[in-house]
Amino acid sequence: MSLKTVFDIAASAASAQNLRLNAVASNLANADSAAGPDGQVYRAKQVVFQAIPVSPASGGNPAAQGVKVAQVTEDSSPGRRVYDPRHPLADDQGYVTLASVNVVDEMVNMLSASRSYQNAIEVMNTAKQLELKALTLGT
Amino acid sequence: MIDRIGDSLRFQAQALELRSQRQSLIASNIANADTPGYRAVDADFASALKRVTSADPASKSATQPMLQANEIRTLAPAEESADGNGVDMDVQRANFAENAVRYEAALRALNQQVKSLITVITG
Repeated sequence: MSLKTVFDIAASAASAQNLRLNAVASNLANADSAAGPDGQVYRAKQVVFQAIPVSPASGGNPAAQGVKVAQVTEDSSPGRRVYDPRHPLADDQGYVTLASVNVVDEMVNMLSASRSYQNAIEVMNTAKQLELKALTLGT
Repeated sequence: MIDRIGDSLRFQAQALELRSQRQSLIASNIANADTPGYRAVDADFASALKRVTSADPASKSATQPMLQANEIRTLAPAEESADGNGVDMDVQRANFAENAVRYEAALRALNQQVKSLITVITG
């Protein structure tokens, strides 16, 4: 029964979107983090998806592809510089460097990940219903 | 005699198997809706079913219907997103629902045939 590959594919999608949501949560949590003692600011993390064939060994079709997180990239833009001389981490000119996180981008990313996650779950649900109906064959 | 009972069920069983394979192709499109550069694929169901049902019943392709590479086509994207992804989610979700309904239709037809056979056997 190759409906099992549907479960594999949808599960890979759900877990990849989960990782994306994790990255978004981490970015949003650190949106206002200032540079640490080493002068390094928090850099926004983005996941990169890649299609991978699922279970070709178990007779699945090579065109049926799941998804995986190929890599997690870090934003290379410099952090935001904010004038706040009273901040304990302010430099000589009174500027604090904050994390390079675009909150609006992250919120959009979060919505997109959440929708894609829902899609994956819906795919799984449909496959489950079909599989359960197939099990009642002959009764 | 047993062979003939199997033969009468074969068509719907093969259709069911091909439907489930198409379902996994569409699931793969939905899963990769955010993958850069991914192109949606779909199966040419009609020609696959024609090939499978016209095959010799004793051959392997008739007992284990598998979609062949030439029956899988890459869909030309209606519009492409900035990262080169060509999956149209509305089309894919519609295809997924349609294929699920047709899977169930094949299942019901098969079930009906089995029920008729059981009626014949039990009287």
